[in-house]
Amino acid sequence: MTNLQPTIAPDTLLTQHLPILLVIVPLLSAPLIVLLRRSFLSWLVAMIASVAAFGIAALLLQQVLASDGVIAYAIGNWEAPLGIELRVDAVNAFVAFIVALVGVFVLPYCRIGIAAEVRQEEHYLFYAMLMLCLCGLLGILLTGDAFNVFVFLEISSLATYVLIAMGRDRRALVASYQYLLMGTVGATLYVIGIGILYLQTGTLNLADMAQRLSGVGDVRATLAALAFITVGVSLKIALFPLHLWLPNAYAYSPSAVSAFLAATATKVSIYVLMRYYFTVFGAVTVFDAHNTGMILLALSLAAMFIPAVVAIFQRDVKRLLAYSSVSQIGYITLGISLGTVGGLTAAIAHLFNHALTKGALFLVLGGIVLRCGGANLDRLAGIGRTMPVAAFAFVIGGLSLIGIPGTAGFISKWYLVTAAMAEGQWWLAGAVMMSSLLAVIYVWRFVEVAYFQAPPDDHPPVGEAPLSMRVPALLMVGACVYFGLDATWSGEVATRAATALLEGWQ
Amino acid sequence: MTLAGHYTYFVTILLLMVGLFVVIARSNLIKKLVGLGLFQTAVYLLYIAPGKLIGGAAPIVAEGVQVYSNPLPHVLILTAIVVGVATLALGLALVVRIKEAYGSIEEEEILQRDVDDESSANDRA
Repeated sequence: MTNLQPTIAPDTLLTQHLPILLVIVPLLSAPLIVLLRRSFLSWLVAMIASVAAFGIAALLLQQVLASDGVIAYAIGNWEAPLGIELRVDAVNAFVAFIVALVGVFVLPYCRIGIAAEVRQEEHYLFYAMLMLCLCGLLGILLTGDAFNVFVFLEISSLATYVLIAMGRDRRALVASYQYLLMGTVGATLYVIGIGILYLQTGTLNLADMAQRLSGVGDVRATLAALAFITVGVSLKIALFPLHLWLPNAYAYSPSAVSAFLAATATKVSIYVLMRYYFTVFGAVTVFDAHNTGMILLALSLAAMFIPAVVAIFQRDVKRLLAYSSVSQIGYITLGISLGTVGGLTAAIAHLFNHALTKGALFLVLGGIVLRCGGANLDRLAGIGRTMPVAAFAFVIGGLSLIGIPGTAGFISKWYLVTAAMAEGQWWLAGAVMMSSLLAVIYVWRFVEVAYFQAPPDDHPPVGEAPLSMRVPALLMVGACVYFGLDATWSGEVATRAATALLEGWQ
Repeated sequence: MTLAGHYTYFVTILLLMVGLFVVIARSNLIKKLVGLGLFQTAVYLLYIAPGKLIGGAAPIVAEGVQVYSNPLPHVLILTAIVVGVATLALGLALVVRIKEAYGSIEEEEILQRDVDDESSANDRA
C-alpha cells in the first residue's frame, strides 16, 4: 500500500509544472472574474489569463520539440496508471498552442465586439464562460486519462452552450438547445466507448490502455468501443452527416464566440479522434483490421462536397462560413483516413491553417456585422467601398479558404494532394481540386456583393470597425498570409506531430 | 456466460434506446430532456453493474474479507452524475428562456415561427 502515498516532489521548479498550469490558469481565472463582476476588470483578468496560457503553451511546445519525447506529469504526484496523468507530446502541444493562440487573438477583440452583442450586466459571465471553455479545451488536449477527457469535454461544452445562448437573436437559444442535445448524446456515446474499454482493460490511462489492448487481440468488444468513440467524437467534430448543430450555433452566437469556436472546438475533438485511432487502438486495428479508413474517407468526401454546395446557397454570411467549416473539416478527416505520415501531416497542418483562416474570417465578419447590423448578403452590398479594409481582409481570408498559393490554405492542400498521390490515389487529388472550386463560388458570392453592388439606400453611414476589433482581425489575416509564404515552421511541427502520433506513447 | 448472466447489459441497452428514442421522436423540449436524462442514466448502469462482484464486500479493508467490489466505477459515475445534473439544469434553463422568447416549448411551433420570421423579413426586403 506504500505506493499509494503521494511523495513530496524534490523539485518544484515552475517549468516542471507547465502542463498543469496551462489548465489551472484559465480555470482559476473564471471564479475570479465572477467575483470581480465589473466588465473592464473581468476582461482584464481574462486577457491576462489567456496571454499567460499562450505563454505556457508556447513554452511547452518548445520543451516538447527540444526534448523530442513525451512529457508526463503526474497530478498531485500520484503515479500513473493509478493517478491522473497529463501527457504532452508534439501533437497535443501543437494543438494546445493553436487554441491558446486563438484565445489571445479573440480576447482583445471581445472588449468592443461583446459590448454590442451581450448585455452589460452579463459581460463578466461571458468572460467567465470563455475562460472555462478555454480551460476545458486545453484540458482535453493535455490529459492522458480517458475519463478525464470526458470531464473536460463537458466543461468546455457546457460553457459553449452558454456562450452560444448569449447571442442577441432568439434563435441563438434554440441553436444552443439543439447543440446541447447533440453534444450530450455525443459525449455519452464516448463514455459508453470508454466504459467498454475500461471493462476490457481495467485501466483508464490512455498509454496503459494502449499497451493492454495490444495484448487482448482482435475481439468484438474493441470494435464496439471503436464504433462508439468514433460516432461520439464525430458528433463533436461535426463530421458530415453529424454536423447539424454547427451552422445555427455559429450563425447566431456572438461574433467573438463564432470565431473562437470555429478555430478551436472542432479541432480539439479531431485531436481526440486522432489520439484514439493512432495511440490507443493503433493504426493497425483501426485501418487494417476494420477498414475504418474507408468509412472515414467516404464521409470526408461527402463533407468536402455536400456542405460546400449548401454554403453556396446561404444568404447569411455567418451561416455560409459555418457550412464552409463543415466542408473544411472534411479535408482534415481525409488526411486522417489515409493513415500515413503524409496524410496525418496534412491533417495537422490543415488543423492549424484552417484555425487561422476561419478565425480570421469570423473576426473580420464580426466587425462588418457591427457596422452593417447583420451578416445578410443584402446588408453587405457595397462594403468594398464603405469598409475597404475589412472587405479586402475578408477576401484574403477567402482566398486562404480556397487554397490559393501564398495563403495558409494552400500549404495544407498541397500536403494533402501530395499525401494522396504518394498513396497512388490520383483521383483524391482531383476531388480536392473540385471541392476547392466550390469554395471559389461561395467566396465569390461575397466578392460580388461587396464590390459589384451599390450600397442600399437605407444603409447607415458605416466606417471601418473599431481599432480593437480591426487589429486582431488583421493580424490573424496577416498570419494566414505569413504561414502561406513561409511554411517551414508550421510544416516542420506538423511533420513532427504526425510522426509522434504514429510512434505512439510506448 | 448465459443470457441471464448478462441481463444488466440488456437492461442498459433497452434504457439507452428508450432514452434516445424520446430525444428524437418527441417534439416537447422538456420531454426531450427527460429522454436525454434516461439516456445518460443508462450509461451509469453500464459502469456500476460490472463493478459489483457477487459475494464481494464494500471496498473497505477488513479482516477476513477476501473479495471486494471495484470502487472505481462508482467514483467515475459520481462524476458523470454531476455532469448529467449540470447538463439537465442548463437544458431546463434554456427551455425557460425559449419559452419566454417564443411562447412555446413545442419544437415544431418554434421552428415554424422562425420560418415565418424569415419569410416576412424577405417580404420587407
